[in-house]
Formats: sequence, C-alpha cells, structure tokens
Amino acid sequence: MRPEIALPILIPLAAGALSLLAWRSHAAQRTLGLVGTGLLLAASLWLAASTWQDGILVMHMGGWPAPFGIVLVSDLLGAIMVVLAGITGFATAVYSLVAVGREHERFGYYPLLHLLLAGVNGAFLTGDVFNLYVWFEVMLVASFALLILGGERAQMEGAIKYVTLNLLSSALFLSAIGLLYGMAGTLNMADLAVRLAETGSNGLTTVIAVLFLVAFGIKAAAFPLFFWLPASYHTPLVAVSALFAGLLTKVGVYALFRFFTLIFTHDVAFTHEVLLWIAAATMLTGVLGAAAQFEFRRILSFHIVSQIGYMIMGLALYTPLAIVGGVFYIVHHIIVKANLFLISGVVYRLRGSYELARLGGLYRSSPGLALLFLIPALSLAGMPPLSGFFAKFILVRAGLEAGAYTVVGVALVVGLLTLYSMIKIWNEVFWKAMPENDGEPNDDVMNDDRPAQPAGGLALLYLPVIGLAALTLGIGLGAQPFLELAERAAAQLLDPTGYIHAVLGDAAGIRP
Amino acid sequence: MLLAVLSGFLLAAVAPWLVPRLGAHAGRVLALLPVGLFLWFASLLPAVGGGETLLWEYAWVPGLDVQLGFLVDGLSLLFALLISGIGALVTLYAGSYLAGHRDLARFFVWLLAFMASMLGLVLSDGLIALFVFWELTSITSFLLIGFAHEDKTARQAALQGLFVTVGGGLALLAGFVLLALAAGGWSLSAVLDAGDAVREHAHYAVIAWLIFLGAFTKSAQVPFHFWLPNAMAAPTPVSAYLHSATMVKAGVYLLARFQPALGGTDLWVFTLTLVGAATLFTGALLALRSSGMKRMLAYSTVMALGTLTLLAGIGGETAAIAFVAFLLAHSLYKGALFLIAGVIDHETGCREVPEMGGFGRAMPVSFAVAVLAALSAAGVMPLFGFIAKELLFESALGLAAWQPVVLTLTLAGLVGGVAVAAVVGLRPWIGRPVTTPREPHEAPLDLLAGPALLALLGLLFGLLPGLAERGLLAAAAGAVHGQAVTPNLALWHGLNLPLAMSALTLVAGLLVAWRWDGIRKMLVGLGFVERFGAERGYDAGMLGLVRVAAWQTRLLQNGHLRYYILTTLSATALLLVYALVTRHAVIPPWSSSGVRLYEVVIGAVVLMAALVAVTTRSRLGAVASLGAAGFGVALIYVLFSAPDVGITQVLIETLTVLMLVLVLFRLPSFLGLTPGRIKLRDASISLTIGGLMSWLLLDAVAAHHQGSISRYFVENAVPAGHGQNIVNVILVDFRALDTLGEIVVLGLAAIGVYAMIKLRAEDRRRRGKEEPR
Repeated sequence: MRPEIALPILIPLAAGALSLLAWRSHAAQRTLGLVGTGLLLAASLWLAASTWQDGILVMHMGGWPAPFGIVLVSDLLGAIMVVLAGITGFATAVYSLVAVGREHERFGYYPLLHLLLAGVNGAFLTGDVFNLYVWFEVMLVASFALLILGGERAQMEGAIKYVTLNLLSSALFLSAIGLLYGMAGTLNMADLAVRLAETGSNGLTTVIAVLFLVAFGIKAAAFPLFFWLPASYHTPLVAVSALFAGLLTKVGVYALFRFFTLIFTHDVAFTHEVLLWIAAATMLTGVLGAAAQFEFRRILSFHIVSQIGYMIMGLALYTPLAIVGGVFYIVHHIIVKANLFLISGVVYRLRGSYELARLGGLYRSSPGLALLFLIPALSLAGMPPLSGFFAKFILVRAGLEAGAYTVVGVALVVGLLTLYSMIKIWNEVFWKAMPENDGEPNDDVMNDDRPAQPAGGLALLYLPVIGLAALTLGIGLGAQPFLELAERAAAQLLDPTGYIHAVLGDAAGIRP
Repeated sequence: MLLAVLSGFLLAAVAPWLVPRLGAHAGRVLALLPVGLFLWFASLLPAVGGGETLLWEYAWVPGLDVQLGFLVDGLSLLFALLISGIGALVTLYAGSYLAGHRDLARFFVWLLAFMASMLGLVLSDGLIALFVFWELTSITSFLLIGFAHEDKTARQAALQGLFVTVGGGLALLAGFVLLALAAGGWSLSAVLDAGDAVREHAHYAVIAWLIFLGAFTKSAQVPFHFWLPNAMAAPTPVSAYLHSATMVKAGVYLLARFQPALGGTDLWVFTLTLVGAATLFTGALLALRSSGMKRMLAYSTVMALGTLTLLAGIGGETAAIAFVAFLLAHSLYKGALFLIAGVIDHETGCREVPEMGGFGRAMPVSFAVAVLAALSAAGVMPLFGFIAKELLFESALGLAAWQPVVLTLTLAGLVGGVAVAAVVGLRPWIGRPVTTPREPHEAPLDLLAGPALLALLGLLFGLLPGLAERGLLAAAAGAVHGQAVTPNLALWHGLNLPLAMSALTLVAGLLVAWRWDGIRKMLVGLGFVERFGAERGYDAGMLGLVRVAAWQTRLLQNGHLRYYILTTLSATALLLVYALVTRHAVIPPWSSSGVRLYEVVIGAVVLMAALVAVTTRSRLGAVASLGAAGFGVALIYVLFSAPDVGITQVLIETLTVLMLVLVLFRLPSFLGLTPGRIKLRDASISLTIGGLMSWLLLDAVAAHHQGSISRYFVENAVPAGHGQNIVNVILVDFRALDTLGEIVVLGLAAIGVYAMIKLRAEDRRRRGKEEPR
C-alpha cells in the first residue's frame, strides 16, 4: 500500500470538507487554505519522489483488481502534474490571504479552491477513463462556482459561455467513453491500450480517437475550440484566474498526452498529423488574439491558448525529444502563466485597473515588481536563459530533426509575437508614465477585491510571485535536472508497456 | 573564464545597492571591473598571438548538448578586448555624463549586464550558449534604448530594435539547430572542423540564409538598417558602446566567425558583398541626409557595418586582414566621435549639427580629439583608419564577380563617409560661435578621458601598425581566414590603385562636406526615401499585424455563444467526417432482425417527442415533449434489464420538467426571431452531429468482439461485493470512487448556487442602502 498516491486527492478533499464545516470562521478557512495546500504540496513532492525512485505506482481502489475496479496510477507525467498543481495551489492560497476579500470567503471560496484541486489531482492520477470523466465534472462545477463568485454581470456572461462549451466537451467525452466501452468492453486505460493493440489499426478506433481529441481539445482550449477561455478568464477574482490559467487547460493537455501516447497510438499518421495542424493553428490564432487586446488579463488569456499549441506540438511530433519538449513546456508554462496573472493582480491592487491605457509608471514606482514581471514575461516569450527558452528550444530542435519545418516556423514566429505582446504590457504598464487621471477612480472591474488594509498585505502578494519567478529562473539556469525528469517522463509515455504492466500486473494479456 | 564572463552580471545584480552608496564615484569604481577584465584578457595575448586557441568547457545542460564553452582565439580576443576596454571608458564616462540622474543605478545594471552578455557572445564556443548571450544583448539593448522610458519615441525605438533583432535571432536559432545537425556538433569548434560537410549539406542554403537573417538584423544591414538610427534615443554612452562599438558588430562577428566553415560559396560571396555594399552606400547617403549629430554617426555606423559585411563576404587573406583592421579602426574612431557628440550635448546642449559652430575656442581638447578621430574616420594618413581603408580597396579590387557594382557603391559610399567625418570633425568647432542653450565650456576629465584615449590609439596604431598587428590582428585575421596569415600592415604601400582611390574619395568627400548644407537639402527633398523606405515596411507590418489580429478576433472571438457552439460543433463534425472518409470506409451494418415491435414504437415516440420539442412555439410544450423523450429512454432501460436505472431516469425527468416549468413560467412569451435560413443551418448541423453519433454507435456495438468487464461484476457482486443489486454494488463498491466524485460535484453545485443567489441579493441590498445617501 502506497498512501502517497491517494494523498493528493484526499488532502484537498479533507481540507475542502473541513472548510465547509468551518463555514463561518474566516480565520479557520484561511488557515485551512494555507495548511491544506501546503500539505498538498508536500504530499505531491513525496509522490513525485516515490515515483522517481520506484517507478510507476498503482493503487487499486477498494482492493478490486484491475481492470475491474478503479486504479490510481502515478507515472512521472502524472506525478509532475500533481506537483505543479501543488505549487500553483499553494501559491494561490498564499496570495488569496490578501487578495480575496471576506465577501468571497463567505461564499465558499476556500472549499471550492480545495475541491477544485482535488478534481485536478484526481484527473492526473486516475487510470480509468470514466473516473477521469468524473474528475472532469468535479473540476468543471468547482471552476464554474469559482467563476461566478462575486456575481457580477461580466462574470455571469463569461461563466455561461464557459459552462456551456465545457458541457459540450463533457457530452462528447461521455459519448466517446460509451463508444469505446461498447467496442472494447473496458474502462481501464491500461486494459484499453492492450485491447486496442490487439484489435490493430482500425478505422472505428480512429474515429473514436477523434471524438476524444475534440473533447479534450475543448478542455485544453485548442483551435478552433478555445472560445470559452478568452470569454471568461478575465472576469473572476485574479487569484482564481491565476489558478485556472495554470491548471485547468493543462488538464486537457494532460489528457491528450495520456490518451495519445497510451491508448490511441494505432494510427499516428492520422491522429498526430491532425494534432500537428491543430497545434500550429492554436499557436497562431492565440497569439493574434492577444495582439488585438489591450487589457492585462485578456492578453494573458489569449496567450494561454497560444501556448497550448506548443504543448500539443510536442505531442504531435511524437518523437522522444518532442515529448520531452511537451512535458518541459507544460512545467514551464504553468509556473509562468500563473505568475503573470498574479502579477496582473498586484498591478490592479496598486493602480486599480487592468486596462493598459489607464496604467503606467510602475517601473519608476515599483522597480521590483517590474523585474518580477520581466522574468515570467520574457520566459513566456521564450527568451533565454529562462525556462521558456529551453522549452521552446527543445521543441524547435525536435521539430527540425523531424523535418516539420512549417510548424517550427510557426512556433518561432509566434515566439516573436508573444514577445511583442509582453513588451506591449511592459511599455504600457511599466514604462509609460501614469496617465493623468480624469477624475474618476480607476475601477472598471466591479468586483473590487482591493483590501481594507492596503499596505500590510502587499508582502504576502509578492511572496508567491517571487517564489514562482525564482522557479522560472531556476528551471532556466539549472535546466539539466528538469530535463532529466522530462526525459524519464517522456520515456514512460513512449513505451507504455511499463504502465500497462504496472497496472495489470501478470494479468496483462489474460482476458476474463 | 566563467567568472570573467559572469562577473558583469554579478556586479549588475549588486549595482542598485552599490551605486547610491558610491555617489559621484560610481562610474569610476564600477569601471574597475572592465579594466580588470581588460587586463585579464590582455594577459592572454601572448598565447593567442602565438597562434594558440584556448578553450574552456563548462557543462550547462548536457542533455541538450548545451554547454558553456569559451573559445579564445584572435577574433574573440580582439572583440573581448574592445568590449572590456571601451566598456571601461564608457562606464567612466557614463558616471559623469549621467551624474545625479535618478535612474543612474538602473542604467549601470543594464550596462554591466550588457557588457557581460556581449563578452559571452563573442567568447562562447557552444552554439546555444552563443545564442543565449545573443538574445541577452538584445534585451539589455532594449532596456537601455528605452532608458528615457517616459518618452514615447524612446519606447517605440526600443520596441523596434528589440523586435527586429529578436526576429532575426529566432531565424538564427533555427539556423544554429540546422547547422549543428549538419555539422554533427553543437560547438563552434565542431562546426569549424566540419566546414566541408556543412557546405555540401542539402540544407546549406537554408542554414546560410537563416544565419544571414540573424546577422543582418543585428548588424543593421539593408533592409533592416532602420532600427539603428532610432536606437539613438538611448543615452550617448549607450550609443557609443552598444550601437557603434560592440553589439551591432555581433552580426558581422558571426559572419566572420563562420566564414571558414560556411564561406567561399557563390551564395555566400554574392549575398554578402551585395548586401554589404548596398548597406555601405545607403548608410552614407542617409548620414548626409541627417542633421542630428548622433543620427549622422549612427548612419555612418551602418555604413561601416556594411563595409564589414562586404569584407566578410569577399573572403581570402587580404579581406580577412582588412576586416579586422577596419573593425579595430572603426571601434576606436566611432567610439570617440560618439563620446564627443555626447560631450557637445552635455556642455552646450546642442544636438543638431547645422546649429553648431565655434565650439573649438571654448573646448580645445574636445576639438583636438574630434579632429583626430575624424581624420581616422576619413582614412587620412597617418591614422589607422587610412590603413584599413587601403586594405578595403585592395580587397574589393580582388573580387571576381560583381566587381564593378560593388566597387562603385563602395567608392560612392566612402566619399559620403569622408564627408560625414569632415562635417562632424570640423563643423561644430570652427566658424563663428553660435548661441547655445548652455554656455560652451570644456568637459571634465571623466568625459574626455575615453574619447581622447580612443582617438590617440587610432594615431598610435597608424604610426606603429606592427604594434596592433603582431599581438592581435594577425591572429584575429587568421581566425577569420581559417588559416594563419601574415598581414604586414604598413602606411606606405607605394603608389598604387588603392592609394589613388583613397585620394579620390578624400578630395570628393571634402567637396561634399564643403557643400553639405545644399546637398543635405537636396537629399531631404527626396521624399521616396520615406515613402518606400524599409522603416515604412516595418510600420506597415506592425499595423498589418494589429489589423489582422483585430479582424481575426472579430471573426473568431465575436462574443456570441451561439457562434461558439456552432463553430465547435462544425469543427467536430468536420473532423469526424474527415476521419470517417479517410480511415473508415465501412458502412454500418444494419439488420432489422431481432428488432421487436415495441422497440420500434418506443423509438418512434422518442423521435417524435424530440421533433416536437424542437419545432413547438410553446415553452411548456417543449419541456413536456422533452420529458416524453426522457420517459421513452427510461422505458428502454427497463426493457434492457436495468429497471433501477430506468426508475432513476423517471425521477430525474419528472424533477427536471417540474423545475423547468416553474422557471419558464416567469419568462415572457416566446418570440420566433430566427430566420429560416439560420434555422436550416442549425438543423443541418444538429442532424449531422446526431447522424454521426448514431452511425458510430451502431458501428461500435457491431465491432464489439471482446469480452466486457461487466461479466466480472455479475459474477462477483454477490460473493465478493455482498450485494444482490449489481448496480448498487458497482456504485458503492466496485466503482465507489466515481460515486465519491459525483457526491463532490453535487456539493460543489450547491455551494455555487448558494453563492450565486446570496451574493447577488446582498449586493442589491447594499446598493439599495447606499443610494438614498
């Protein structure tokens, strides 16, 4: 029995339940927020260390043998994702201490936060297709509730688009599961891999794979399925934006990685070719979308879309180095993106706006914040020697080695346009002098999460920002260990026999 | 070695703390680092001058073949000495030039970081490390150009410089990767050893072009030259250092560096000589057209960079010698002239050349320095610039192809170069004193030391060329040429064609300088330069980018949920059809055997109910018929031996209908606003999706040829699960985790609904309270 496999799900579940019990106590909820996510981070690191040391870990729920019961599986990709969820969750919790007002705490901010993390980690760890669907639902409902927390009109509008399109994804996902079960008669991922491999290349399997591709493509906000993301991510509390930006789409990307390395590898020429086109289109449309925006969080939102394209590119190229690049990119992106949203929140707190036109002068007044922005911003654009550079470099190298010149060209151009966007923010928010105020206070967003106590809390806002920026810098300057991690994760993905054997044990190959 | 390169970053990191504490001495103290570096590099001279190549290796990311190797041969040492030497002078100069400026500390942070990046660039052996430093110079240059960041032009100039150089940098990255794959190694040493393999590689042309793009953008070659003059928005020490002496030379450094491996091919010679000559000529023309002193100098830097590209393209021993000689000469005189331009600005407040005059009396030392540097720039005996110019002509004459074109452009350009040198070297100093914003007075020592030293070195190397040659230039030229060379630099080569050409450009250039005001007006009148210039292309590109972006966003992210759904479903249908057509030509098997009558009836009822729900104009009717469809589905469950699922379905359907009715009751009456065309479109997409799903379902069921895990549940529910109801055992035991998840979902939904209702209500109440006040 390896308890560490279940802990990343159990800890947030328990923390969520306890926060619900402490509904009326702000202090208890905050403490639970900090302790819960802190414990989660510790547990996730434990899990990652165990997985690194002992290989793929499996836990049979209720003691039912695979493929009949549900299994939790921690391979390196899953463990890495759980650690990233832990980091993002903890950073968000620290940030929330100041950034989330009592208004929102009173309506379940912390329980929702914990349960969202439970859903995310469940998705990363489950080895069962239908169970993945359940965790997706947990995530969806939790994120929907977090989105509307505050109840503003813009939030409602965004949330309705968010939930409608995501329900569409759920419906497709569920249908695809049904079809797959109807065809293969099993829900266990490892078992599916075995059975589909026995069937061999089969047109129907390809079509079902496409259905999964669309369902996860919506979750991951790939082209042309991303509409829900730019429609909603700029509306909630900024801490929520940061958490979503870091984690939610990446669950979709994770699912794509899992399904299209483990289960659907029978017709790579078709599925991964489609993925490659989607990757290129996603990169390009996302970055162009950002170029047309002049609001801090909207720009960042579109860049999420664009960066998803890079990750899918790694999967689509489907060479060892490309998968390494994809995994590395995910790691880099989650840290950087969450941080940029947190920084946008700090800027809002200092200046009371997200509109570039109404911001300015922060390079002069807060040089530290300017530097802290520069690190993730340049990293996002793939500038050396930050984490984003190595992520991009691996993908470019893998693409050129594989002869995929078009997509490499797109990736490079998109990198340049990303830089353009980041410099746009830099020029407007940090370099430009603060525009003369026209008498109206800067407060275009109604859900004012500015604090009652302005000065004292700022340090707590900076803390996660500094931590994440340090990680970005560290991944860049000391890329080797992270690369080795990504390499081993990719090796596990590309040779699923280890995964299958770990889950099914000696039963592999024996049909009931 | 690692410390030598990185020390600049370290000092930059502590500069914000250090500078305020040093006060007026900041420049002098910080300059100690580059001085130390200069001395350290100078100590490598004997070894390198003796023909040795020194190599330091440090691992960085070995898994990606990224190493921090440092290669010191003549070429990189020449650059390293220039960077650290001029760096020391500029740091000293800046401390005085920007004394008391509130952003002085930040300035030094970026300046020192730039210096370290530049050193890394020229010393790196690893291709990727070189690229890393390359990009770092772009970023630090960006931050320095935008030093006066509250000024919009400075911000735009900074963005422009960054965008152009980083754009080229990305091409360079792709070029490096392809180059490394072709050469089979990720270091300069490996590439230089694999020259033949690279030149014969199928990707050679692509590699060369990608590297050209990187070099041309960085070194401001036509048509990318426009960012450099705009970069003059930076403080003068930056212009002198980055945008004249060092960073802009990174591109030509790269060309010279790769010449032994990539050079000599038709593509190489043809492209580089033509682009170089064109840049040379354009730079001279635009310099004469400008009036700002720094702008003139910037364009003349463009001209010099064109010259260096030309020389890197020509190849061969003479051109290699000319390259390093010209590089050294230019760094010395142009650095001096820029710093003097800064002195004039600082001491008189003047920036426009036509508004200057008569400063020589008040500032005799500056005058002397300016004249000395200008003489070298014009290529007048006995200054070092003269030697470089002779060599340039000699190399150009040795060119086999395109010689007339290149020679004409070069001669014409150099006439302009002489004229510019004469204008900036004489115009501000002689003639009648003019009124200036500030009373002209001689600059302090800190400001004069740099330019004076640089100008004097120009004279010294001219008089004693062997001094520069033996220690350094021979080795540097050897590195450019790829094998050892014997330069034998001298002032006097006898009466020959290069000397005649040199004299010609001198005379013609002086004539132009004499008539400059008229010529400038004529050139300014040539409006086509603005209309069709490369900068116009950049502006149009940027505008186009924003327009395309806005158009695309209007098209895709248009704010209407119905279009989002439409697009999503259409994309799904499209992909499914594509997959079906290309991969799955099977027609789903259809057999009516085994279908019982009551199944047909239920199916018909469900279909009818769905049809009514879609077509009816009454909300209640739609809800009711949806309920009917749901009950039909429940019946199907019952018929297929899942009575408890059927019961659940009945419950849910009943509740849903009830709740919907309660909600819909409060809505206004239904308006049919959708035109028929749209209805048709929506219907066809719905039918396509529905049809596709039915097809797939039939197919999946038909393809079901393996045993299902459900048999295990049937067999084990009682003995292992201790329950008679299999569904219950599945829910609470076999797959209990799913149930846990669903319970969480319900809880979450409850919180969400509660928050939605309560928070809104309280908000309204609070506003209601506030309003009467």
